[in-house]
Amino acid sequence: MLNMSTIVYVPRDSSALSVGAEKVASAISQEAAKRGMAVTIVRNGSRGLYWLETMVEVATDKGRVAYGPVKAADVSGLFEANFLNTEAASAKAHPLNLGLTEELAWLKQQQRLTFARVGITDPVSLEDYLAHDGYQGLKNALALSAADIVKTVTDSGLRGRGGAAFPTGIKWNTVLGCAADQKYIVCNADEGDSGTYSDRMIMENDPYVLIEGMTIAGIAVGATQGYIYLRSEYPHALAVLNEAIAKAEQAGYLGDKILGLPYGFNLEVRRAAGAYVCGEETSLLESLEGKRGLVRFKPPLPAIEGLFGKPTVVNNVISLATVPIILHKGAQYYADYGMGRSRGTLPIQLAGNIKQGGLVELAFGITLRELLYDYGGGSASGRPIKAVQVGGPLGAFLPESQFDTPLDYEAFSAIWAVLGHGGIVAFDDTVDMAKMARYAFEFCAIESCGKCTPCRIGSTRGVEVMDKIIAGTDRVKNIKLVRDLSDTMLNGSLCALGGMTPYPVLSAINHFPEDFNINDATV
Amino acid sequence: MQDTLIDQALSVQAGWTEKLDQLIAQYKSIPGALLPLLHAIQDELTYIPESAYPKIAQALSLSVAEVHGVVSFYHHFKTHKPGRHVLQICRAESCQAMGSEALEAHAKQCLSIDYHETSQDQAVTLEPVYCLGNCALSPAVMMDEEIFGRVSKADLEALIQDAIKTEAHA
Ligand SMILES: Cc1cc2nc3c(=O)[nH]c(=O)nc-3n(C[C@H](O)[C@H](O)[C@H](O)COP(=O)(O)O)c2cc1C
Ligand code: SF4
Ligand code: FES
Repeated sequence: MLNMSTIVYVPRDSSALSVGAEKVASAISQEAAKRGMAVTIVRNGSRGLYWLETMVEVATDKGRVAYGPVKAADVSGLFEANFLNTEAASAKAHPLNLGLTEELAWLKQQQRLTFARVGITDPVSLEDYLAHDGYQGLKNALALSAADIVKTVTDSGLRGRGGAAFPTGIKWNTVLGCAADQKYIVCNADEGDSGTYSDRMIMENDPYVLIEGMTIAGIAVGATQGYIYLRSEYPHALAVLNEAIAKAEQAGYLGDKILGLPYGFNLEVRRAAGAYVCGEETSLLESLEGKRGLVRFKPPLPAIEGLFGKPTVVNNVISLATVPIILHKGAQYYADYGMGRSRGTLPIQLAGNIKQGGLVELAFGITLRELLYDYGGGSASGRPIKAVQVGGPLGAFLPESQFDTPLDYEAFSAIWAVLGHGGIVAFDDTVDMAKMARYAFEFCAIESCGKCTPCRIGSTRGVEVMDKIIAGTDRVKNIKLVRDLSDTMLNGSLCALGGMTPYPVLSAINHFPEDFNINDATV
Repeated sequence: MQDTLIDQALSVQAGWTEKLDQLIAQYKSIPGALLPLLHAIQDELTYIPESAYPKIAQALSLSVAEVHGVVSFYHHFKTHKPGRHVLQICRAESCQAMGSEALEAHAKQCLSIDYHETSQDQAVTLEPVYCLGNCALSPAVMMDEEIFGRVSKADLEALIQDAIKTEAHA
């Protein structure tokens, strides 16, 4: 122990950085130098227990011992308490000592499949990735025919995690069946939904799993070029991805001959430019082609005529990052998790007014209530949770009476709600749902691509009418007008931006009529 | 017309015309070159001067109107030089649930500007942003490329004061 260097983990995840992880890391190295102690600081990913960030972990032979939330100002006190020697009574008694990380109930009860390595490894270390089951999925895939890789993905029951929940294997099969001189794999990393950050976490904290997933997709459908379309709001993810891609190329995991075999797959990150609608897959393809992000008419499906008119797989980050474990452990292993037609696990993101926000990966079937209270610990403000919005800005608001709904695509459709990308935003009882309905229209107006009238004009009109309702002008008449507008948008929009803005709007009116100063929702 | 635009281009920054030529040469033959090229220009200059459109258009066989159409479609691209620092405040739902509205009001008041404007001393340009992926630690803001979570009014004020005092990031 004495002359050995102790390994200390300090996350480099951008949320951890947002509460001072960089300062904590430098305080630890300075303090250690001052005291003549040998520490090796590893910048790992975040475990996703964000209310405990910056979470510092000390490696021991029993596992990692966590301290958190650590501020730079706590560091000298931690050294004073001999925190590196986790057996010392003073270290055990330190108020920030959380015990063994793996024993934290919040983490221990999760079923981390897609996020198996997140927070454990050094994100940009390929050696670390390989030492933690990395590239086992690719290894198995290389022993299968293209059709069998696709079949494995189909049999796993994996449905797209970007929002529409379309079966991933079926999409791949369409691309596999197209004869073309060039096909593409496009990763949708536009993650624009408020309350979501699982894509960011994968890209910043385990980039190789995404690279491996895309490589498997390429081999499966016969695509030799991949693009990651990354939102411009994620500069840290950009840096990590580019570093990981360069290392994967050097090691022969990407390139014209993967591992010397007759499979080529090249990968490039392309930066988006701050348009929410470019998360819609056809708008994304237009943007990748260098154009304005106007949504395309379908058909043709992108699987048949996608990027530059070629057959293209467009998948969300989480969908692609889940492929390696499916190929590694088998379709059945993955399909054994979940309920009904929602197979596997969902990386759920707790956000908004929540005490313990963070990443919870669990099999489908857990209820909102369990997530909000058992994991989330209730609201951050300590006030009652009045509403939650699930599935981003186009998702419905749910009242307390619906908190027992299990996380399952079909159970959510049945209550006119969506799971989307798995983000859950909690609001306490100070929220004004009329303002939230107004915001939903406002957001649609700001982000509309402008191609169809119901969305372009309807959203602006919606803001005006909501202003009248909030001001108390002709409420009953104006609420009828909002309902009519919503109907037009629902039925006459080309994509879900216009077509689903009515979800937050109407659910706000229907579940919280008192905030609209009407007595009941029958108006 | 062309000449005056080129003159303007020259005044953008010393050596800019050569730099622009170099960026165009670097990007023009990659597939879907326009967005990567626009990003590269903005990375270099912090904005995309209109005087660069004709050259971009010519290199990519587009019309100037098409280039203009693309630049204006995307919120991220700036057509005017921003202040030394850009402060983005997240306005999306998760941050709203944690009081981002009060932060927005406070920032506007501290800087005496509205969104999309630059403070008189050219220190800070204020922009709205719709999610920074930091929703577990809302409310969130970004100063240049540095992200901050669980931001209080006092934190925000300190950030702004700091920005006023410091030079632009390299
Ligand atoms: C307005 C709008 C925004 C969207 N944003 C995203 C996004 O940020 N990320 C994403 O993966 N899918 C997004 N989608 C869904 C995509 O269109 C598409 O369904 C998805 O990328 C397919 O991948 P998946 O099958 O793996 O989910 C969006 C859809 C719409 C209508
Ligand atoms: S619904 Fe809105 S965003 Fe979607 S295609 Fe129509 S105008 Fe564009
Ligand atoms: S909503 Fe503000 S960071 Fe996501």
